Amino acid sequence: MRDVAIVAFAQTDHLRRTDELSEVEMLMPVLHQVLDATGLRTSDIGFTCSGSSDYLAGRAFSFTMALDGVGAHPPISESHVEMDGAWALYEAWVKIQTGEADTALVYAYGKSSPGQVRDVLTRQLDPYYTAPLWPDSVALAALQAQALIDAGDTDEAALAAIATRSRTDASDNPHAQLSGAVPAGDYLVQPLRTGDCPPIGDGAAAVILAAGDTARALCARPAWIRGIDHRIEAHGLGVRELTESPSTRLAAERAGVFDRPVDTAELHAPFTSQEVVLRKALGLGDEVTVNPSGGALAANPLMAAGLIRLGEAAARIHRGESDRALAHATSGPCLQQNLVAVLEGESAHA
Amino acid sequence: MPKEPVAVVGVGQTKHVAARHDVSLAGLVREAAVAALQDAGLTWADIDAVVIGKAPDFFEGVMMPALYLADALGAVGKPMLRVHTAGSVGGSTALVAANLVAARVHRTVLTLAFEKQSESNAMWGLSLPIPFQQPLLAGAGGFFAPHVRAYMRRTGAPDTVGSLVAYKDRRNALKNPYAHIHDTGITLEKVQAAPMLWDPIRYSETCPSSDGACAMILTDRAGADRSPHPPAWVHGGAMRSEPTLFAGKDFVSPQAGKDCAADVYRQAGISDPRREIDAVEMYVPFSWYEPMWLENLGFADEGEGWKLTEAGVTELDGDLPVNPSGGVLSTNPIGASGMIRFAEAALQVRGQAGEHQVEGARRALGHAYGGGAQFFSMWLVGAEPPTG
Repeated sequence: MRDVAIVAFAQTDHLRRTDELSEVEMLMPVLHQVLDATGLRTSDIGFTCSGSSDYLAGRAFSFTMALDGVGAHPPISESHVEMDGAWALYEAWVKIQTGEADTALVYAYGKSSPGQVRDVLTRQLDPYYTAPLWPDSVALAALQAQALIDAGDTDEAALAAIATRSRTDASDNPHAQLSGAVPAGDYLVQPLRTGDCPPIGDGAAAVILAAGDTARALCARPAWIRGIDHRIEAHGLGVRELTESPSTRLAAERAGVFDRPVDTAELHAPFTSQEVVLRKALGLGDEVTVNPSGGALAANPLMAAGLIRLGEAAARIHRGESDRALAHATSGPCLQQNLVAVLEGESAHA
Repeated sequence: MPKEPVAVVGVGQTKHVAARHDVSLAGLVREAAVAALQDAGLTWADIDAVVIGKAPDFFEGVMMPALYLADALGAVGKPMLRVHTAGSVGGSTALVAANLVAARVHRTVLTLAFEKQSESNAMWGLSLPIPFQQPLLAGAGGFFAPHVRAYMRRTGAPDTVGSLVAYKDRRNALKNPYAHIHDTGITLEKVQAAPMLWDPIRYSETCPSSDGACAMILTDRAGADRSPHPPAWVHGGAMRSEPTLFAGKDFVSPQAGKDCAADVYRQAGISDPRREIDAVEMYVPFSWYEPMWLENLGFADEGEGWKLTEAGVTELDGDLPVNPSGGVLSTNPIGASGMIRFAEAALQVRGQAGEHQVEGARRALGHAYGGGAQFFSMWLVGAEPPTG
């Protein structure tokens, strides 16, 4: 395997609404930030890959217009996944592994504000048996939370503490949508209160990957991807044990998470209860700094939130605040699909 | 370390029809996947990862359907990726899957693309609301017709060429049991007498709306050694994209298409595509795109593509058969159409194309494009493993 690193990361300020911005306008600043940080131009990039979903914009081929923000002329080698940008990063990492590219630009964006995101997400459920019932994302997460409470894995006070820790940590994150002392709030869907749930917002993120010496030339302390893997579970909630996340566990094993301790974990857990599931699957103890950015509870721009976890973990390595970090992204109802990566600074590799 | 050679050892398609009322989305994709596994002599347990593609989720009204389809495609516990690059997606999906093998991340990958257009309305799915796009485009035909007209003006092609392509592709489709349109009574006169839809594009020169899926099994050298049937080897593959609209864009022959073909030929060691390639599965949703892409892909000089078509070069028994399967003009489950091109190219060099087999095909090109003629994906497959 080639050594590949995240060498630059940028994200927007995440906002409840961005009516005045098109997706291209939302993306342009972060694309420029990662290019400026590395000194690369679009024509220098070996491969470009993006992640997004048409359903958020309410129109087909949303990504074709977003491509305009990249300035793709002369034509570029480019692809798109209808998935969170974390999977776009994975595709780009594979491309670099083939040797056909040494650098990659990865970006993701999502505007949840044009629609009712709880309704929109019901459309990703089994279209014949489940989606017609319109079970929304908060209700499904509440099922999972109640299963955890019933299993004795957590309680409402512990969930509230996760929310408080995340949003307090987000006070140091200028991009966060929610930060500071956030009250637990009323029940949204019992047992989940508003404080247990992510904000709905618009946002974008971009990352640049580079291989080997190219990465060293572009970044003082590259965040090396020592392992990356993703796994999916069955779709039907009735055939899954919702208190477990075997796909996260398997992806972590394949990514080498358990080879040595990590000091940081950026977990894509939009609901407090999901952090409980992920901590268990990943075997994270209290000694690990979890979601110092505030995580998805502080800002959850759909399709970008997973890529942001990779970016936040990488940025801590860039700044020397972490030597070995875990980054996680999720997709689908109740943590159906999960990606895990291990990022390391140079010294940790030696 | 050089890339791992990638082999196509299994191909499966559904019979493509206007509406598969007898199966769900899951049932449709599973049919193609099972057929590909049978062709490869493999079981679900042999598959390390699944890569699927389709065109906009709006076509069926299911957001990110990979989540729902994970069970049907045996992906539980495995990595699963969903690619979406507009009309080129079927090709891009195959290339993403091929890269997983080439990079030695996985050894055997199932890749599949589908569309079940009967569950929704493609015209609605493509009619973008204001303010995202000007409300003047009557679906894809309305977008592409002016570019066809520009091609005719630029090259002086006679207005008979489009109907020749449609007549050829629909006759070829009669030899392909999986093709959607089987018009047994077709004549050139009937093609020419069809109503004009978007001048100069006649109804008979447009693609149908199909339900269908196409799957392939891609594997490494060791996997190819175990294949019960001859594999097709990937000699080159590439994707190129350019913006939808910008001042310098040539809609008749986009730069991204030229660059993509050039990259594939470089990888495959092809210097004279017209002589060195035996069959082409080309993405031709409107008949005039055959002569246009013949030029864009380097099979003819600029302005000369229509002459190849007119001379019968692209007929099934011609010197450079184009779309022996009947092509997109005869079968168009949109998200799958690109992968069908890639898969049919593989069938040709495996000698498994049945009645529409091109005699002695050793190297074949699969081609797809999408969006506003801005996304391109292609691969070149051969009967022999790549050297070096």
